Amino acid sequence: MKPFDYVRPATVTEAVAAAAQPGAVYLAAGTNLLDLMKGGVSRPDRLVDVTHLDGLDAIETLADGSLRIGALVSNADLAHDAEFARSYPAVAEALLSGASAQLRNAATVGGNLLQRTRCAYFYDSVSRCNKREAGSGCDARDGENRGHAVLGWSESCIATHPSDFCVPLVALDAVVEIEGRNGRREIELDALHRLPGNTPERESALEPGDLIVAVRLPPAARGFSAHARYLKVRERTSYAFAVVSAAAALRIENGRIAEARLALGGVAAKPWRARAAEDVLRGVAPTADAFQEAAWRALTDAKPSSDNAFKIELARRIVVRALTLAAAGTPARIPALPASPFASTSGAIHA
Amino acid sequence: MPELNLTSAPAHLRHGSNIGQPLTRRDGILKVKGQATYAADNHPPGMLFAVMAVSGIAHGRVTSLDVAAAKRHPGVVDVMTPDHKPALAIDPEIKTNPFVFRMEVLQSNEVRYANQPIAVVIAETLEAATEGAALLAPRYEPLPALVGLDAGESFVPPVVGVGNPTELHRGDVEAGLASAEKQIDAIYETPPQYHNAMEPHAIVASWDGDRLQIDMPTQGLMLSLARIAELFGIAHDKIHIRSPFLGGGFGSKGLMAGPPTLGIMAAKLVGRPVKLVLRREQMYGPVGHRAPTRQRLRIGADGEGRLTALDHHARTVSSTFDDFYEPAADASHTLYAAPAIRTSHDAVRVNTGTPLFMRAPGEATGSIALESAIDEMAWACGIDPLAFRLKNYAEVEPMTGRPFSSKALRACYAQGAARFGWAKRPLQPRQMRDDAGLLVGWGMGTATFPALMFQAEARAAIRRDGSGVMEIGAHDMGQGAWTALAQIAADAVGLDIDRVEFKAGTSDLPDAGIAGGSAHTATAGAAIHSAGAAVIAKLADLATKDERSPLFGAGNAGVIARDGRLIRRDDESRSESYAEILARAGVAEVEARGTGAPNPAAMEEYAMHAHGAVFAEVKVDPELGQARVTRMVGAFAAGRIVNPHLVKSQLFGGMIWGLSFALHEEAITDRRSGRIMNANLGEYHIPVNADVPPLDVITVEEHDPHVNALGIKGVGEIGITGSAGAVANAVWHATGVRVRRFPIRIEELLTQP
Ligand SMILES: Cc1cc2nc3c(=O)[nH]c(=O)nc-3n(C[C@H](O)[C@H](O)[C@H](O)COP(=O)(O)OP(=O)(O)OC[C@H]3O[C@@H](n4cnc5c(N)ncnc54)[C@H](O)[C@@H]3O)c2cc1C
Ligand code: SF4
Repeated sequence: MKPFDYVRPATVTEAVAAAAQPGAVYLAAGTNLLDLMKGGVSRPDRLVDVTHLDGLDAIETLADGSLRIGALVSNADLAHDAEFARSYPAVAEALLSGASAQLRNAATVGGNLLQRTRCAYFYDSVSRCNKREAGSGCDARDGENRGHAVLGWSESCIATHPSDFCVPLVALDAVVEIEGRNGRREIELDALHRLPGNTPERESALEPGDLIVAVRLPPAARGFSAHARYLKVRERTSYAFAVVSAAAALRIENGRIAEARLALGGVAAKPWRARAAEDVLRGVAPTADAFQEAAWRALTDAKPSSDNAFKIELARRIVVRALTLAAAGTPARIPALPASPFASTSGAIHA
Repeated sequence: MPELNLTSAPAHLRHGSNIGQPLTRRDGILKVKGQATYAADNHPPGMLFAVMAVSGIAHGRVTSLDVAAAKRHPGVVDVMTPDHKPALAIDPEIKTNPFVFRMEVLQSNEVRYANQPIAVVIAETLEAATEGAALLAPRYEPLPALVGLDAGESFVPPVVGVGNPTELHRGDVEAGLASAEKQIDAIYETPPQYHNAMEPHAIVASWDGDRLQIDMPTQGLMLSLARIAELFGIAHDKIHIRSPFLGGGFGSKGLMAGPPTLGIMAAKLVGRPVKLVLRREQMYGPVGHRAPTRQRLRIGADGEGRLTALDHHARTVSSTFDDFYEPAADASHTLYAAPAIRTSHDAVRVNTGTPLFMRAPGEATGSIALESAIDEMAWACGIDPLAFRLKNYAEVEPMTGRPFSSKALRACYAQGAARFGWAKRPLQPRQMRDDAGLLVGWGMGTATFPALMFQAEARAAIRRDGSGVMEIGAHDMGQGAWTALAQIAADAVGLDIDRVEFKAGTSDLPDAGIAGGSAHTATAGAAIHSAGAAVIAKLADLATKDERSPLFGAGNAGVIARDGRLIRRDDESRSESYAEILARAGVAEVEARGTGAPNPAAMEEYAMHAHGAVFAEVKVDPELGQARVTRMVGAFAAGRIVNPHLVKSQLFGGMIWGLSFALHEEAITDRRSGRIMNANLGEYHIPVNADVPPLDVITVEEHDPHVNALGIKGVGEIGITGSAGAVANAVWHATGVRVRRFPIRIEELLTQP
């Protein structure tokens, strides 16, 4: 392993200063970063361990009704917070559908947002990958790309962002609080991850030294708790990344959809908010036809690579199903198989 | 109480009640406490760490390695390359016997497959060696890689598997097909799969002059020892291998491979003990795998649903430099009574590490294709798949006409079907849904695996205190040999299991052969059984020839060994304890050796196979295509069950592997580079707990007087066969979609809802 410095700053300010140096990266639980280092994919000079920083592990409700989640809250603690799961059930369900219990116990909120793609060519340091080494080429483009993006990709990169957590978060207009060299700022989660364009190596809007300190869900996000689901199709029942996933959240008033939120996972380099689909649902009754229409809208711009055309059709079906499940109502308990097609307990409507 | 007869007319009997008991693993507590010493847990003083650098290309030549950069790295002691390595006594390209495979031990700069070792960095720490390997920054002169089942000109290999004929036929297949009322002609594909034992291949090697101490997981202590002796030019008695526990092997730890050899070379180069452990991704190359297959099955059936012909052709791959051919079509030799059967194979060469036996080699790949095709034919004939199999039940082995040594498959079908509730299965697919609207399907498959025997030797002793010793260089891969063989040992010497010191797992013990082919319990067990018979005979001799013994003169009548005593067979009131006999005779112990081996006459006369029937329920989301197995029942007849508890675990493991074969497992190979893109357990999917339904295993009573003295058939591999097909057939029954490429993928089930 490449030798590296390890620093454990005492304050956020010290952390930012330490991480702003070239070659420095933040270390949270390391469930992604350490794997990348062992594989020689990331070769940082300095690890800035943020796990000992104070004040980043709280889940607090703010005066305006927003919820603020510290960047160091573990994926498991957040999902198992009963109040959180009641208010943002799709987020809890998404968290519990990710990775394994052991990984969720360790993994942090900040690390989950910034986990890297699972593109096999990115991990395989022998392959050409523009994201790993700018300008080297993309071996996935004409390679084994069954799992790759169908939305928002470019010729330089067709990778997806693998997070489940981010999908309902982006649907619920989550905001990311960042501490940087010039102090604190915040951006919408939707603006955190960048689409590849010609610079797939630049994955996020963060600048050197930028530390995510919290994720905030605005007050309106609670309004969807009665009709919110996350659905994730995968190649085994548990412990697998999404082939395609969707978060659907509805506010239903008098039998009509007052507001819809929809986002897709596993389809693009970022959690994919499907605003056009949301638009067609506003004010209509939650019917199968309306959901079909939304599904078509959500995937209008989808384009496949050689092996992944099926993901477009699958994504449409997942959208329909996720909306159907959401319309049927959030189950009283998160299913034992969260987000799984095999979880269906609560009035799933089937063909 | 089981009565164990070595021959049909034994001089002395031994009675014991150890065999047949569901004992829990005797090494279980050690393992749970982390006290079981696996190879990589050893740290002899002064030990260094070796890390392999492996090839990034699949074909070509290494043109440069930055050895200087690696050596400059703090902690790096030496870098072993083709130009700087200890000499071997024999060219590793020479195959001295059919169980020797070519290996890459830095004999040249040539690259034959991705992940081939191209250098070894030896350092004071694992981290330094790892970074040293990265700093080598190899450059290559690449050549186009041969990838996939159509990589090049196909050819007919001389043999498949372990010396099986490439082609076999009986009857006129073309005529059988021509006369058939119904025909199936279908092509099935199975992917490359990797053993992925939990414990990676590892070695700790120490030289002391020309003596060599090795800790290494191996399924074949003596085969490994012989190969090491040959490669390093040292006598067998200079080598000591310890392999008390394996974290799985599945065939990949059977024969000496390149990486452990490199560990021994590295230790020689630096003159210090060296540890070399493969990283997970490095196991995708130099230590074997299951080759991909493309199998064409042509089946004919008459108007009654009786098979008229069965033609099974398998295409597979081998490496560009050695030969192992997955004998997939051979699965069609034993199960179905077609009057005409032909099996054949051909192959292409690709840039891959040489394929190898992997749990049920040939049987697993062949079984999923055969069981799918049989299911397709049953459907074509409009007959229930179980009824169809019964209609075509083989009363004698179809390919050879030999009778079976025993075959309780009918009972397996009946008991499995009853437990599963098969009778309620609708014939048509896509008929069943659960409350949530998921499609439900039921499928079945027949399981079979040959009952093999290899050669083994054991040494038994009875000590002055009346206790016993049984020594055999047997291997516990996790299957429970420490327990099952100790049970056989206890009965072999007529003692309670706790009164027998059972020694295994090191190379200084008698040769137990290879732990493979599901034959280890049978083979090692037979050796133990006969060593026990021999030592009891000696003990009996001491007693029956001594006029002071109550057993004096019982030599012809014979004695029974039971619970530490010899008892006169015709007068049970006369007996004497082992301790008394030895004390009076004034000897510290009596010892004897015994062997286990196949009986050629019986093999000539009988077809010997274990059988089983597996039933699976699968649910499939009608729109989203995700599938999950929700229930599985397997009924297996495998002769004598030495330990029902361990046997159940073995069969569970096999059934789960079958499920994995049907739905999950696949090494994804880049079609251009030949590199494996999911060489890790995150992305090389095997079932997790949530994929494994409640499993129900029935062991069907079966007495086989021919397979071996103990009547054991072996259960290590059979569980995969039948199971994979049962799951695949259940997916069809749920969806109406027949998927012929495995594993079954979501996209193939995204049919119109
Ligand atoms: C086998 C496996 C299966 C998995 N399956 C899933 C799955 O199904 N679904 C899913 O969503 N995820 C899955 N994951 C990914 C997992 O969720 C992430 O590894 C985890 O969330 C990362 O969190 P961490 O705290 O360990 O981050 P780290 O690994 O420590 O860091 C990840 C990245 O984030 C950066 N970072 C961390 N914290 C901050 C911060 N506060 N500010 C700025 N930068 C920061 C680090 O520098 C690094 O680049 C899986 C992981 C594994 C290993
Ligand atoms: S898709 Fe992106 S991450 Fe994958 S190889 Fe291409 S550039 Fe790299």
